[in-house]
Amino acid sequence: MSVGQAHTKEHIPVGAHEGAGRRRWRAVGAALVAVGLAQLGLALARRGLGHGWTALLMFLAPVVVGGVLHIAATYHGTVPGIRNSGVVTGSLGRRGLLAFGLASLLVGFYVLLYWYPRGIWGAVALTDPLSRLLRGAGADQYFLYSFLYTLAVLLFGLRFIYRYRHNRYQVCRTVSVMSFQLLLAFLLPGLLRLLGQREHYFTYFWPLSYNNLFPRSINGLLADGHSLTIFIVFWGLAMSFVAVPVLTYLWGKRWYCSWVCGCGGLAETAGDPFRHLSSKTLRAWRFERWSIHLVLVFVVITTALLWLNALLGGAILGRASFLFAKVYGFAVGLVLAGVVGVGLYPLWGNRVWCRLFCPQAALLGIFQRYLSRFRISTNGGQCMSCGSCSKYCEMGIDVRSYAQRGANVVRASCVGCGVCAAVCPRGALRLEVGRTHADRFDGAEHPLAELRRSLRS
Amino acid sequence: MRVVIIGNGVAGFTAALELRRRDREVEIVMVSGESDYPFCRPALMYIFLGHMREVDTRPYEDWVWDRARIQRVRAWVRSVDTGARRLHLDEGAPLAYDKLVLALGSTHNKFGWPGQDLDGVQGFVTLRDLRSLMRRAGGLERAVIVGGGLIGLELAEMLRGRGVSVTMLVRESCYWNNVLPDDEAKMVGAVIAEEGIDLRLETELSEILDDGHGRAVGVVTSHGERIPCGLVGLTAGVRPNLAAVEGSQIPSGRGILVDQSFRSEVDDVYAIGDCAELVAGGGERNVIEQLWYTGKMHGEVVADVLSGQARSYHRGIWWNSAKFLDLEFHTYGRVPGGSAPGGEDVSSVFWAHPSGRHSLRIAHRDGRVVGVNSLGLRLSHKVCQRWIAQERSVEEVLPELEDANFDPELYRRHERQIRGALREQL
Repeated sequence: MSVGQAHTKEHIPVGAHEGAGRRRWRAVGAALVAVGLAQLGLALARRGLGHGWTALLMFLAPVVVGGVLHIAATYHGTVPGIRNSGVVTGSLGRRGLLAFGLASLLVGFYVLLYWYPRGIWGAVALTDPLSRLLRGAGADQYFLYSFLYTLAVLLFGLRFIYRYRHNRYQVCRTVSVMSFQLLLAFLLPGLLRLLGQREHYFTYFWPLSYNNLFPRSINGLLADGHSLTIFIVFWGLAMSFVAVPVLTYLWGKRWYCSWVCGCGGLAETAGDPFRHLSSKTLRAWRFERWSIHLVLVFVVITTALLWLNALLGGAILGRASFLFAKVYGFAVGLVLAGVVGVGLYPLWGNRVWCRLFCPQAALLGIFQRYLSRFRISTNGGQCMSCGSCSKYCEMGIDVRSYAQRGANVVRASCVGCGVCAAVCPRGALRLEVGRTHADRFDGAEHPLAELRRSLRS
Repeated sequence: MRVVIIGNGVAGFTAALELRRRDREVEIVMVSGESDYPFCRPALMYIFLGHMREVDTRPYEDWVWDRARIQRVRAWVRSVDTGARRLHLDEGAPLAYDKLVLALGSTHNKFGWPGQDLDGVQGFVTLRDLRSLMRRAGGLERAVIVGGGLIGLELAEMLRGRGVSVTMLVRESCYWNNVLPDDEAKMVGAVIAEEGIDLRLETELSEILDDGHGRAVGVVTSHGERIPCGLVGLTAGVRPNLAAVEGSQIPSGRGILVDQSFRSEVDDVYAIGDCAELVAGGGERNVIEQLWYTGKMHGEVVADVLSGQARSYHRGIWWNSAKFLDLEFHTYGRVPGGSAPGGEDVSSVFWAHPSGRHSLRIAHRDGRVVGVNSLGLRLSHKVCQRWIAQERSVEEVLPELEDANFDPELYRRHERQIRGALREQL
């Protein structure tokens, strides 16, 4: 038996007692990131250094090198394991001054992005060479956004992988969201445009990508008659109406929310430092059930009205249905998904949008709650009610309330990130797919009856 | 009728909630000097480390207690007058009861060491201990922890997290090998060394040194070595906290003596959780159970008894789990510790991964499974319990190892190697 002999390698635990070398490299990393961000700031003020690629690289290189350095200096050579020390005591982690500052910056960015893009034109110009290379066209504010978004997912994804490298579920899941973001949400749309096609995001579909199913989009695509555009229409319909119920039945809504989706991708990576901030109270859950389903109802009505209007040639509704679509686009697409959804990460947690407003999550959630094999099962009497699972649930589920009575967690909102099971010190939780949906809770064998019961209560 | 419960730990609050579930009418009062709301004691370390705030460790939202009409009284109980059925509190009027449940919990052991009451010497059991530790940890350079149980290791991990050098004095020849078999104890020892904790085996405390102003400045070990330090953690086990019942008519031994329905020898006085000493009878040793889940089970049983049902307590097959730094531990049934796991009539088969991060042991008597231990592998409570209850043979359960695995999805699985290794030892 070789137990004990394998520990010849010198490991340094993460914590306040990190070595001076570690601290120095972290500081160098942070300084480099600051240099890169300063270049971005200068560009915003149209005083950026250099031109073209030089300017872009003067932003990108220090941010990437510094970011990777900081992450490596923090985690490399440490003992793998759950490292949440100080998460709730730092200014960023307890809604302190730093958190408010960051939230203001993020909200400000979204306001400029959506309504005053000229305000960020300098930064847009910074990404112009990349846009020309990738898409064969100049950058606009949405290219800048997509670029920064992907960068954040990749860098913070790397951090997450380092943090959870002892947990293969977390590693696989994170590689997945990083890949989907980079390949399908960033490179492919650009490439399509370069090839003279429509920019299309294959990882989003109705109702999240609400106008995918609006008559104007579908008719426009079909009128085009190109085989790719026909495929796009087919793909959208297949995802919305076949993949959602089938894949959710098989694996739960996580197949999308924490493995594929770009919003989920950002939340799981850049949003990870804020996952504990979601409210676990019953009040918050009550609010969530109203808010998210209202958005779903809203998008269904909007879509239905638009189709009715198109079929009737505008006879009854006139322009009213367009107004509906406009209001939805503004209120949900911009304010809730962007400004509130990401801007308030530091205050309400990293899944504000996904938990409270996302219509896709609502739809997936209905299937997950009533017709899916997925559940989080609890391990006999092992729970000791410490609350780690609830605390680190980004969706604000009070996981402990299930675990401490030995019940399966079957909740519409669970995105299956698996962090509750990872942080549990007693091995009391496991994400699972059973053989059937019917054995998860009393009454699970009659999904429709259960749905009706929930609607009544 | 008014039921008063002294203590709002897991045994006390479970009794309160379960009693309300069974009886809508009874008046329930829960008295605690420690905290306004029940919290999770094993999670104290997470508060210290900044994983959670105190409020996050409360098992129920605060409104639950009002909704369940459980009155909470924040006071220390000074004495219990069983004749007049009254409690004397540290402030306010005496509190009358019809039935009294003592859920007093534990306090840390002191064995009469010189200097054990100096400033800078403390246990780690209560919220008060947590607060004093937080105060003392600032600027602390070195601490000595006396006793190598679970709380001792938690304390060591916490202090290391703040950059404090930690020396642990442990009486045994391997960490916790009065409970763990030596193989497992060595694996844990390796993890402890990796964390940079200075583990002194077969070493005890002789004396705590005084700086002349009542502050601890170091210890002297049983080998005569002086170790300077600013904090001494006493974690050599816990004992029932009987302060509230001192001078009362309620008979106690190590804990408050109760029968299998948690009735003490005084009418309408019950004791549950860590402070209860279950009288075994028949020449068997009395039992004190100091675990989270036993406290919970005691609370459930006493709620039945208080609501007039005949019920006696059977713990069933033993189990426990813990986390030694990053190494998770599960145990089910009977797995004797020490150098000859099994000792008397029990033997065992054992597998460990070369990394020293995963192991599995199946203890058996004449080939029948009596216990299972794992490190770095999560096991299914249900499956292990079934193996033991049904007295399955080791040969029979080996093909079912997959069912017993409770690791997260996509984890590397070791069943093939485990089966191979264990079969060879049969």
